[in-house]
Amino acid sequence: MFQLEARPQSSAFWSALTPVLAVIATMIAGGILFAILGKDPVESVRLIFVDPLLTPYNRSQLLVKAAPLILIAIGLSIGFKAGIWNIGAEGQFIMGAVAGGAVGLAVYPVDSAWVLPAMAVAGAFGGFLWAMIPALLRIKFNANEILVSLMLVYVATNFLGGMVTGPLRNPDGRGFPESRSFQDLPGTSNSEIFAGTGIHAGVLVMFAAVIVAYIMFNRHRLGFQIKLTGQSPRAARFAGVNPSVMIAVCLGISGALAGLAGLFEVTGPAGKLTTNFPVGYGFTAIIVAFLGRLNPIGILLAGIVMAITYIGGETAQFRLGVPAAAISVFQGMLLFFLLAVDLLSNYRIRWVGKERA
Amino acid sequence: MTTLLSVNGLTKAYPGVVANDSVDFEVREGEVHALLGENGAGKSTLVKMIYGLVRPDSGSMTLSGEVFTPHEPREARAAGVAMVFQHFSLFDALSVAENIALGMENAPHRKELSQQIRDVSNAYKLPLDPKRIIGDLSVGERQRVEIIRCLLQNPKLLIMDEPTSVLTPQEVEVLFETLEKLSGEGTSILYISHKLEEIRRLCDHATILRMGKVVGNCTPAEKTARTLAEMMVGSSLQTPAKKNLHLGAPILEVKDLSVVSKNPFGTTLKDINLTVRAGEIMGIGGVAGNGQDELILALSGETRTSRQTIRVSDVDLGDLGPNDRRQMGLLTAPEERLGHAAAPDMSLTENAFLTGDIRQKLSRNGFLKWGATRGFAMAVVENFDVRTPGVKNSAKSLSGGNLQKFVVGREIMQNPIVLVVNQPTWGVDAAAAAAIRQSLMDLAEGGAAVVVVSQDLDELLEISDRFAVLNEGRLSPPSEASELSVDQIGLMMGGMEADHVPA
Amino acid sequence: MDFSSLNPIALIVSLMVAATPLVLAAIGELVVEKSGVLNLGVEGMMICGAVFGFMVSVESGNPWLGLGAAFVGGAAIALIFGILTQYLLSNQVATGLALTLFGLGFSALLGHSYTGIKPPSFPKLDIQFLADIPYVGGVLFQHDYMVYVSLLLVFAVWYFLKFTRGGLVLRAVGESHDAAHALGYKVVRIRMLAIMFGGACAGLGGAYISLIRVPQWTEGMTAGAGWIALALVVFASWKPWRVVFGAYLFGGFTIMQLNLQAVGITIPVAYLSMTPYVITIIVLVIISADRKRASANAPASLGRVFHASH
Repeated sequence: MFQLEARPQSSAFWSALTPVLAVIATMIAGGILFAILGKDPVESVRLIFVDPLLTPYNRSQLLVKAAPLILIAIGLSIGFKAGIWNIGAEGQFIMGAVAGGAVGLAVYPVDSAWVLPAMAVAGAFGGFLWAMIPALLRIKFNANEILVSLMLVYVATNFLGGMVTGPLRNPDGRGFPESRSFQDLPGTSNSEIFAGTGIHAGVLVMFAAVIVAYIMFNRHRLGFQIKLTGQSPRAARFAGVNPSVMIAVCLGISGALAGLAGLFEVTGPAGKLTTNFPVGYGFTAIIVAFLGRLNPIGILLAGIVMAITYIGGETAQFRLGVPAAAISVFQGMLLFFLLAVDLLSNYRIRWVGKERA
Repeated sequence: MTTLLSVNGLTKAYPGVVANDSVDFEVREGEVHALLGENGAGKSTLVKMIYGLVRPDSGSMTLSGEVFTPHEPREARAAGVAMVFQHFSLFDALSVAENIALGMENAPHRKELSQQIRDVSNAYKLPLDPKRIIGDLSVGERQRVEIIRCLLQNPKLLIMDEPTSVLTPQEVEVLFETLEKLSGEGTSILYISHKLEEIRRLCDHATILRMGKVVGNCTPAEKTARTLAEMMVGSSLQTPAKKNLHLGAPILEVKDLSVVSKNPFGTTLKDINLTVRAGEIMGIGGVAGNGQDELILALSGETRTSRQTIRVSDVDLGDLGPNDRRQMGLLTAPEERLGHAAAPDMSLTENAFLTGDIRQKLSRNGFLKWGATRGFAMAVVENFDVRTPGVKNSAKSLSGGNLQKFVVGREIMQNPIVLVVNQPTWGVDAAAAAAIRQSLMDLAEGGAAVVVVSQDLDELLEISDRFAVLNEGRLSPPSEASELSVDQIGLMMGGMEADHVPA
Repeated sequence: MDFSSLNPIALIVSLMVAATPLVLAAIGELVVEKSGVLNLGVEGMMICGAVFGFMVSVESGNPWLGLGAAFVGGAAIALIFGILTQYLLSNQVATGLALTLFGLGFSALLGHSYTGIKPPSFPKLDIQFLADIPYVGGVLFQHDYMVYVSLLLVFAVWYFLKFTRGGLVLRAVGESHDAAHALGYKVVRIRMLAIMFGGACAGLGGAYISLIRVPQWTEGMTAGAGWIALALVVFASWKPWRVVFGAYLFGGFTIMQLNLQAVGITIPVAYLSMTPYVITIIVLVIISADRKRASANAPASLGRVFHASH
């Protein structure tokens, strides 16, 4: 009989190893899945997990793909560490894109270097406001922020639809439900900074966010209070943490970062606001946050791993005819495996042997 | 008298500790048998094996002459063993009848069960209404539910684990009458406790455990409490040195404090008035659930009230939060070590920062000074004899006594002007408890005002200068501790005013 | 605006049809939560049920087999959640989300080749003389069988929780898993059964959408119904009959907004489509704001990890 025994201390060794184990397990399970679908497992796994790392262009594309995931996940990790579950990052991402995009379209055709930064601020603010709805409802009415933020994702998706068929529709665009392209003008365009790489301002902001988050968690009182709130809410109140302030701060920061990511994405790789703009980054970022064990450096690595599955998955779709949905299956499996092996960092498995009467 | 239960060579080990080491003892029919020992001596593990919750590594038991190896509580119950736990297995949101049904094997139909409950509760003078919701009952009433649940199964052996730690002296009397009636009817009682006077009064026979081994058995009535204590602890006891009383000006003044509890099952505080002077120790007694938690939260600042209700050194601070109060010198140590006073998964260093930030200046512009924090944590560990491999270890890795020393020591080392502690020695071994009590007395002698809230009357009477009782959210007017008898206190706990109590 | 095209009987009938998947999923989740477990994977279990039911139905030609497959399949998917949270002690929120993400992807993968196919039709209750009763007949007696099954299920759950010993034990586990364990009840086993029941019901709910309500298979067709079911459990304060009330209320809003579009009210589609979700938020807020009632009804160990330590 196996028995689980709580460790007196969380094991740092296992905490670092478990994500690696989870990735390996996913690769194996994925290979099996592909074999069932009738594709060559080794080639598929190689295409998805290894090829994206091979060429410099691919590698910089990884950063571009990972940037919104990591940026959102950093924000999410702040909340998750405090036990505040922002599941509506997708909605905040959308609203950031809409708010920032609206600012850019409102001043069209003004073309100045200040436009994009202004849009970025508006985008962050839009995401922030959207996240403050579940925050305030939780503070004032104790409404569960998981459900509220989630419902708001559907509201935001519909709102986007309303905007691109109405006020934000491209007047020169033959009536399609989409906005002007932000690539039209250098002022609104989030274009690549290093030629040939595709790396845009959002990637740089992402690195900055990782560094700031790292410093905050390890050296700043706010980081300490966040960890404390998540682990022991009673002890946090004893230490003087105001739970309402904590809720507002955590949701506010994650909303702002998600909105910012949305803005960089819509003015960069996506190019314009359309009804197909939301692709689920807000949800994938949740996996990234857990895979990175809610630690900024871990999230950076996890975001890159996730980007690998996206890019690799697209290639597999293209070259092997594997459907796009396979990527979500992979990502879900990754999280499952991580959760499964996670217990090794907090518990020891012991073989107890037959119990004598 | 014939032997009912015989335990032979029972052993159980857990990683790092041998909970029971070759334990032998016997309980006869109709006997009240005490199991005596300190916290951590192995009493709980032993009875869990008798009740089928834990399987022994080796050894055997017989019940009424037959081999007894319960694999789960259900089998123990079927064999006639019933147990009332120290921490009740009751469900707050369910009714008395539902709770009792859950603890029984073949619970009869709802109506019949309710009738049985009424019959038994009246027969043993433990009145109980089957329809009431557990959350609305007092602690003493909840224990009655547990007892009646056992009695309805007509047990041969009734095990009681520290039953009186949550009762007023009057309720203890009722319990003893019930137990004496039961043993007179032929039911054996295995009574676990560390309360020596009670054991001397109630029990026919006692087995003493220390560090997992049986170190003696005796007839308690033939020994003094001191002898029994020394058998339990294994060395001569140190009673804390009584200090010199130099009282200064009033430092802590609580005026008309009334707070509604945030917990739907909690107690509302009503018009609390309290004054504590520099150098004084004010003891506040009372059974759990009468407002102690709410009082501590109001004093620590976790619950805010109006400004003038709480005053420290002539400064009103009733509406300030915990850190502002720490700045003013008002520190508190809550009852729950893990989860409230300290974060279980955080290291001792981080836990030192938890409350020490302000007074020990452990941060600058929001950035933590880890070096200084580590230093503070190490100072606490050294000065209060906290046994731990290091300050990097998590709070949960410490034993109860050591963690309590850390938690109390952390506050004392910050030089408070007022220190409020709740249950300072609950679940702590005798040596650590004595050390903590001594450090509280030293603190008062140094000029601080100390408030000690505790359920342990012996402890309070030992260290307090003045004494008051919390009952249903009201505080009795304080009296000089030396002038009160246990009886008077018991009645105060039941709601009477000190001067109405016959001396 | 032309209201003459609105037929009240037809509206109520379509309301009940819209509400039935919610009733099924929510009543299952209610049982799970009553045992103290929060399974956020309802959306994932529903969509898997939808695809399993659809596939088996089309391949076998028998819709009842399809429903059976959805029932079993939903329970199987829920098993993953159960093993992770009860035996491997994982965080319930993260695991539930992983289940949803995985379920959405897995179902899309499986259902890839089934888009656009029409499934075998599902029988309706057809007692002619009952259906001919004016007004009431149409509303009460002409539904497909699953509507009645869903209401029977609610009755069964209500009866189970209130009057049976099994229901009492389940409630006790949800109140205090430590106390239940101390009394010798198998907390993990009881929770696993509850989790599988919840998965089976969610699967049924999803299959209802793909086999009866629409009926067709499309990727992601549950469109948030699972999340609404979760909200419904809170709305119902964990009481079975209130789940039906809440589901019908929600169904009502969904239908109404569709019909408003038909009637010619010129609010853009996008804003009308938002209303059910906004209403859910408002209702959640109202229920949660009454803190005393909310905490008295919520199972006390909801969401907390249970680790038996001897």
